[in-house]
Amino acid sequence: MADRTPLYEAHIAAGGKMVDFAGWVMPVNYGSQIEEHTAVRTDAGMFDVSHMTIVDIDGPDAEAFLRKVIANDVTNLAEYQALYSAALNAHGGILDDLIVYRLPKGFRVVVNASTREKMLDWFDAQSMTNMRIEHKPQIMLAVQGPEAINKLLAATDLAALNIKPFFAAAHGDWLIGRTGYTGEDGVEVMLPVDQGLALWQSLLNEGVRPAGLGARDTLRLEAGLNLYGQDMNETTSPYVSNIGWTVAWEPVARGFIGRHALQAERAAPMEKLTGIILEEKGVLRHDQSVETDAGPGVVTSGTYSPTMQRSIGLARVPAKAGDDCSVEIRGSLKRARLVKPPFVRKGKILVN
Amino acid sequence: MSDIPAELKYAATHEWARLEEDGTVTVGISDHAQSALGDVVYIEAPEIGLTVSAQDEAGVVESVKAASDIYAPVGGTICAVNDDLTDTPETVNQDPYGDGWFFKLTPTDPADLDDLLDAEAYAEVCAEEG
Repeated sequence: MADRTPLYEAHIAAGGKMVDFAGWVMPVNYGSQIEEHTAVRTDAGMFDVSHMTIVDIDGPDAEAFLRKVIANDVTNLAEYQALYSAALNAHGGILDDLIVYRLPKGFRVVVNASTREKMLDWFDAQSMTNMRIEHKPQIMLAVQGPEAINKLLAATDLAALNIKPFFAAAHGDWLIGRTGYTGEDGVEVMLPVDQGLALWQSLLNEGVRPAGLGARDTLRLEAGLNLYGQDMNETTSPYVSNIGWTVAWEPVARGFIGRHALQAERAAPMEKLTGIILEEKGVLRHDQSVETDAGPGVVTSGTYSPTMQRSIGLARVPAKAGDDCSVEIRGSLKRARLVKPPFVRKGKILVN
Repeated sequence: MSDIPAELKYAATHEWARLEEDGTVTVGISDHAQSALGDVVYIEAPEIGLTVSAQDEAGVVESVKAASDIYAPVGGTICAVNDDLTDTPETVNQDPYGDGWFFKLTPTDPADLDDLLDAEAYAEVCAEEG
């Protein structure tokens, strides 16, 4: 039996079409994925992301622990600042991607739903003497879009929200991060269940449109953001996953897990993960073969972009591949082009 | 509950078929199918003149979510395809039994339509799939 988030009944009431996702019953859409996508690009939409895994880590060793288990460095994080990072295995492969917030006492880490067991076990295995790891199930709502913050203010007793991108603020029992997975402005709110149910309803009343996993996928792909398990996994390093920028090599003395293995690849990665646009009719999908002038590659994520009204994706190809390429779709080769993601940000198309 | 017109015939793979007065058979996908697929964004039509047997692949429908094969409900020769879907694939969602038709074929034997499901039997197929 799949798990349900506390908002399950609210999804049914909103007409959510429920599907299994990583052991959870989640709404894939509430009628039209494209309309939900467009609502986020032009107005405001909300996603129930309570299936993601919230982990609080505190104690004297918490910082040293995070400096060991993630490839980015939390040392210089200000209070309430957020950081995107990968957690690596000893071979430099990506165990998960995550966001870590520095809180007044300790840290909060949000890892994926699909990696919950693995990451909780991994954190336990790597834990140090003077620290505590607590899995903290809450409601987590991503409210995204150009009107997201205005509508959040209208729906709550918040007078203003002065949070810079990639920072967070506490509001009573809530943690509000100015983060997201859509390429639009917005927030992710973590809060206790009863308050989360009330917030969902208040946001609905303000006209914030519920959006499902389908729109979440097309929005993140347009924004050029990776999906763990699809665009990257334990066999791919940050350098072949377009997130090499998240690896902090300084200070040299910081011996994070995977550092040694990654050192060799850093200088000359064999592959790259990049954007791809289909130049003909059709739709790019996960696992389609790519032919480039430097050898074969693969589409790791593909979809139809509602904003661009054509097919886009991410592809892992040889590092030296030129832009012109082709993709095999049902036995025939279609013209395609490699481009630097993101495709769309803040409602604007960034690639031709 | 999805719309299942009583006058049409259906395949268990969710195509509908209608015998026209000129002897051709018009084929599309059911309301249940379009709803399950979600927003349709691309149709790959079969080539006119292609000869197919019942249950042969005869095109592909792609939604934002996934690609899905279209099967010929009866055997015959493709004699027309709905070119309007190239620019407005969303018609399949809006009007699956009307302007959202996929192709027409000249059936090898019109009696083959009798082997397809009637509305009642097709409703049971949909109900089983939930």
